[in-house]
Amino acid sequence: MTYAAKNLTTGGRELIAFRVGDQEFCVNIMAVREIRGWTPATPMPHAPSYVLGVINLRGAVLPIVDLSARLGMKPAEPTVRHVIIVAQVKSQMVGLLVDAVSDILTVRDEEIQPTPDISSEFEKSFARGVLAIEGRMICLIELEAVFPQEEREAA
Amino acid sequence: MDMNEIKEIFFQECEEQLAELESGLLKLNDGDRDPETVNAVFRAVHSIKGGAGAFGLDDLVSFAHVFETTLDCVRSNRLEPNQDVLKVMLKSADVLADLTNAARDGGSVDQARSRQLIKELEALANGELPRASAAEPAPKAEASVPAAVVSPPVNEEGFQPVAFSFEDFEADEPALIEGTCYEIVFRPKSELYAKGNDATLLLRDLSRLGEMSIHCDKDGLPPLDGMNPEEAYFSWKISLKTDKGEEAIRSVFEFAEWDCDLDIALAGGCAVDAGEELPMQPVPFDLSMLDEAPAGSADGEEQIATRDRDAAVSAAETASNVLQMAQSSNRAPAEAQRNAAAAAAAQQAASAATPTIRVDLDRVDRLINLVGELVINQAMLSQSVIENDTNGTSSINMGLEELQQLTREIQDSVMAIRAQPVKPVFQRMSRIVREIADMTGKSVRLVTEGENTEVDKTVIDKLAEPLTHMIRNAVDHGLETPEKRLAAGKSAEGTVRLTAKHRSGRIVIELADDGAGINREKVRQKAIDNDLIAADANLSDEEIDNLIFHAGFSTADKISDISGRGVGMDVVKRSIQALGGRINISSKPGQGSVFTMSLPLTLAVLDGMVVTVANQTLVVPLTAIVETLQPEASAIHSFGATQRLISIRNSFCPLVDVGRILNFRATQANPVEGVALLVESEGGGQRALMVDAIQGQRQVVIKSLEANYTHVPGIAAATILGDGRVALILDVDAIVAASRGQSLKPEMSLAAAG
Repeated sequence: MTYAAKNLTTGGRELIAFRVGDQEFCVNIMAVREIRGWTPATPMPHAPSYVLGVINLRGAVLPIVDLSARLGMKPAEPTVRHVIIVAQVKSQMVGLLVDAVSDILTVRDEEIQPTPDISSEFEKSFARGVLAIEGRMICLIELEAVFPQEEREAA
Repeated sequence: MDMNEIKEIFFQECEEQLAELESGLLKLNDGDRDPETVNAVFRAVHSIKGGAGAFGLDDLVSFAHVFETTLDCVRSNRLEPNQDVLKVMLKSADVLADLTNAARDGGSVDQARSRQLIKELEALANGELPRASAAEPAPKAEASVPAAVVSPPVNEEGFQPVAFSFEDFEADEPALIEGTCYEIVFRPKSELYAKGNDATLLLRDLSRLGEMSIHCDKDGLPPLDGMNPEEAYFSWKISLKTDKGEEAIRSVFEFAEWDCDLDIALAGGCAVDAGEELPMQPVPFDLSMLDEAPAGSADGEEQIATRDRDAAVSAAETASNVLQMAQSSNRAPAEAQRNAAAAAAAQQAASAATPTIRVDLDRVDRLINLVGELVINQAMLSQSVIENDTNGTSSINMGLEELQQLTREIQDSVMAIRAQPVKPVFQRMSRIVREIADMTGKSVRLVTEGENTEVDKTVIDKLAEPLTHMIRNAVDHGLETPEKRLAAGKSAEGTVRLTAKHRSGRIVIELADDGAGINREKVRQKAIDNDLIAADANLSDEEIDNLIFHAGFSTADKISDISGRGVGMDVVKRSIQALGGRINISSKPGQGSVFTMSLPLTLAVLDGMVVTVANQTLVVPLTAIVETLQPEASAIHSFGATQRLISIRNSFCPLVDVGRILNFRATQANPVEGVALLVESEGGGQRALMVDAIQGQRQVVIKSLEANYTHVPGIAAATILGDGRVALILDVDAIVAASRGQSLKPEMSLAAAG
């Protein structure tokens, strides 16, 4: 916490980087509540294909979203090596199924490059920028754009 | 804390006071004449009035004031609280509740009704005691001195002192009109200042009442080095000439009366300077009197009389305290008695109200959630220990057993936090009975039993509506008119009995009336007329009784405001079922009907049947299931292209494949391989739900899906099974509705986006 606070005062921000398929993404660490191993989820009837189901998170029912499928890539086949990032999106909690958590990054705002001008509206809608870290490209995604409230309610 | 929050607290307290008021009045109605009950009722109205005054809720204040005045007559035994009086009072309590609600939520109240009640209350206050309102006696001091000396036994009667004091004073009544002199001794306690009141302001308000002279008594002031800066040392002796009466004087001190010693006495002969002649030492008096005289009651008047004597004696015997002392000692027994009574009352009040705290419901729910999780965790832990432990006698096992007991106890205690007595709902019912009895011109007595039976708060909240319906029905349809009752050899007053009790882990609420019972002929005819049953149907008495739960059924000849629109018992049945409860009726012609509701103690847990559907574990609420059966191939009949029916005892019932409806599988399962659950749902239709297998029956803790996800059609909620996995609880009504052709699947904007 003191570490985070120090970085915040120096204008830096902390991000959690994770791998989905062969791409790397990151989200703001403040949105992440915990990271846990994969446990089988109970499927939900009539759920969108990327909602794998719900799991028990210490008494709360937590929906699990296959981030790979959500971002338009091929659906994941969950194994024990997969992890679930429990994140808070507005007032709700959601579990994101990713391949692995790779890093905790401390970056300054100016290190975040704007999203390249591409044709796909969908990628543009959730990408908030890209980072170049040690020759890797990490895409910063906005969880609230991935799970907009009104769509969640409609689902 | 802003004003709205304070106001919210006030309204919360109002609710408590209103409940107190009503239960007190009902106690009086049952013949309780305990002065403490009367005092409790009075206090409730007084507190509401006080609070309302602080928020400028004038309607509330003015009504409460009239109510209070009348109650005061009862308190001082000037008005006998008989049935008629209490009827008015109970109605007034209802209006007071309405006014409070109107003040909180806006909206209007029936002005005509409250005005009418104000009139009735005033009539009660005046009617029985014509002199009461004008009674500001101006006694002849000489006359009362001997009376005081010789009449201690009268004083000792304690609570019935008025009769005697008035007799002597009547003659002097006219003196009042041209203004009366009062001797007021006002001695603030330090609490008065601590609460932000200011003696100066009070005295200024007092000066507006009339001509006033003030003498400040500084004798109590200690030398500077012994002085506590936060202590109150001064007292004031005030001579006031006013035509407003003692009531007005007391109202100046209304919000300070608990924090000061206030002594108001009539001064004989209006001698403003008589005060100066008195010894500077203030007239001795005791605090208990003040406690009992906040609004110039008979007690107060008696005190005036006593004080008058004191004043007169002091004036006559200037500077000598001897007689005064003697009088005090004369008064002593009566006061000692009264002190004792006050102490006893205080003790009683303390024992009645055990200390409580207000806690946010969310916090309790969070605790319940965590404890539920603890229980599951503990179960999982013991499971894995048992699996890994070969000899089974290790100390770990013993520890686990203790842990299990502890967690159970914790769970029970936590659940008990949410449990509340059903009393508030029952109290509301007594109001409804009164109103409907009034409307229908029937005389009804509501008897409640087991009001302290505890049940989860959510159940209580949802109980009020169906219960209201049923009470209305019981009074409107169940009970006969007084004439008919007398003709049938019953007492003119009908009785509705509302009982709550615990029975095998559920709460059973019984509503019994001693009316005519269900007219089965009429019900049957009506059912035939409404095409609910065939004209030649052969129904048992019980089946006929149960017809009244059908939608659109009413036997009332004329539609009234109260009931008869046919949206009655079916709504009741549905809301009871929604609570996971059952309702039964038994009726004896000429003797009345009994409705019995059995409800779960909490909505947080549910009795469910754990089933397997397409390799998924689902929970079906047990209350929905009528029976389970193993279908035979010969009982399954195809109907049209996709529908299948199952014949159960020669009637055909649509077969619903749960796995298919929930989209768990693409094709319909073979019914013979599964189990059929015969369910009854909204609207009374039966359906056979096909599941693959039944795992067992168990109590499950209900978890919200909406908290982190959204509502899922066909699924009521989720739960967590002993192995820590989430299982979905089936929404039987939605499944049945879907099987009727309504779409279960809503718009899927996310699916399109993904």
